Amino acid sequence: MSLAEFFLRHRLEILQSTGEHVWLVALTMLFSIAIGVPLGILVTRRPWLSKPILGGANIAETIPSLALFGFLLPVPWLGDRATRLAIVALTLYALLPIIRNTSAGISGVDPAVREAARGMGMTDAQVLWRVELPLSFSTMIAGIRVATVLTIGIATIAAAIGAGGLGEFIFRGLAMVDNHLILAGAIPAALLALLADFLLGLLERRLRPGASPAR
Amino acid sequence: MAGVNDELSRVSKNEFALSAVIRLTHPDAIASLDASGAVRACTHAPSLPMNAEAGREPIIEFRNVTYHLRDGDGHQKSLLESLNLTVSRGETLVLLGRSGAGKTTALKLINRLLEPSRGEVLVEGKSILAWDPIALRRRIGYVIQETGLFPHYTVAENVALVPRLERWPPARVQARVDELLALVGLAPETFLRRYPHELSGGQRQRVGLARALAADPAILLMDEPFGALDPLTRTEIRREFQALKQRLGKTIVIVTHDIHEAVLLGTRIALMDSGKLTGSFSPEQFLDSNEPVAAAFAAQLRELEKLREPQSGEHR
Repeated sequence: MSLAEFFLRHRLEILQSTGEHVWLVALTMLFSIAIGVPLGILVTRRPWLSKPILGGANIAETIPSLALFGFLLPVPWLGDRATRLAIVALTLYALLPIIRNTSAGISGVDPAVREAARGMGMTDAQVLWRVELPLSFSTMIAGIRVATVLTIGIATIAAAIGAGGLGEFIFRGLAMVDNHLILAGAIPAALLALLADFLLGLLERRLRPGASPAR
Repeated sequence: MAGVNDELSRVSKNEFALSAVIRLTHPDAIASLDASGAVRACTHAPSLPMNAEAGREPIIEFRNVTYHLRDGDGHQKSLLESLNLTVSRGETLVLLGRSGAGKTTALKLINRLLEPSRGEVLVEGKSILAWDPIALRRRIGYVIQETGLFPHYTVAENVALVPRLERWPPARVQARVDELLALVGLAPETFLRRYPHELSGGQRQRVGLARALAADPAILLMDEPFGALDPLTRTEIRREFQALKQRLGKTIVIVTHDIHEAVLLGTRIALMDSGKLTGSFSPEQFLDSNEPVAAAFAAQLRELEKLREPQSGEHR
């Protein structure tokens, strides 16, 4: 049986797993952006928090993913449902690039622009919303792009704790020494990553300040 | 509040002018105006600043102002020491000095981008610490060397910044933007929709000036406004600004290390050196001064003259 035949025969299962995978990644990104962007802003406002916050995110990044899933399993509320646990662990991984790029984007705003904004009588909130955030969007998107590609990859490992997704095929294929099965998980995951990378790259370029603004 | 006061004094000045005209043309009309209250302004008017006195009413005052920074090791670095300086309404004061003399520090104390470590800075008679910093800054135009134009805003949006923050009605904002661009010599229809990166350095500096003037502030602060321009553009814009300055009638404080700029634009030159005020001169006094730093600056001008002399000698 050729690979194409295999894919055709199992298209519904593959599609369903891809759907699960996208769902895992989407929720993870939603949470990591909701947490990471404010933390990134906070780091630029309270420089002394920079070390603990970025350090913490850095440490989370270094824990091997399989081990992290295992560690979190006995945690009371978390361990109850595999998807819940997977999303929390994946969010921890996605945080670092988002926090780092948000703060780097804001710190990268031309000091003259910030000074002019303040000198012109903008409040701190106005400087943030009208100047610093718009000017750091493209850097922030770059961080989100890295985090998304990263999450699509690591999410396959979430299948080890039964959270579903494309990793199911990979683990099953490994157990059964069936390359077709492994590829049924790996190829869609790779395509997803490429697609996400392409789309977010497009957005990043569009939002880059000074580069043919979208208005 | 001060805005209202300003408005009042403008109104009463106008009333005074009006009643003076009426008095000249219709001597008997005064009695009828008396009752209406317009003449109340007339009786107050002599105490109001008139043109001749305009130069003497203080608008910015530095009272024994010291500003120091504390570096990482807790050492204090003094950027400004016991500065006493008064800027009168309508004058153009140039803060002249070499880099690190404390000029920019002094300038930033006026719109409270910095706060004095000791002493007091007063704007319109009120300590900057008593002003709401946002309200204070919106009443003061601010132009910096790097322009600080918002790269994600069009020229029109950049100029409209303060009027929009002040919630002017859109029609008024638009009219004001057109008016200002024309004032700084940029054709509105060509430039309104451009972005700063599509402009030349000189054009950017013009937009920066238009933006600072947008809400018609009484005070204009300029930090090396022409410093980033090539010499020819610089001379051109400086000359235009000189003409514009006369029409605007604003109190202007300019920071520069360029003696040409100081002599050409200033009605008064405050010379600064290592955080201290060395002296304050009229441009003519400055060129004749014996004070060492002033003399060093003035010598720069003469050096150019010297260069020219042998050449013109050869021609003869």
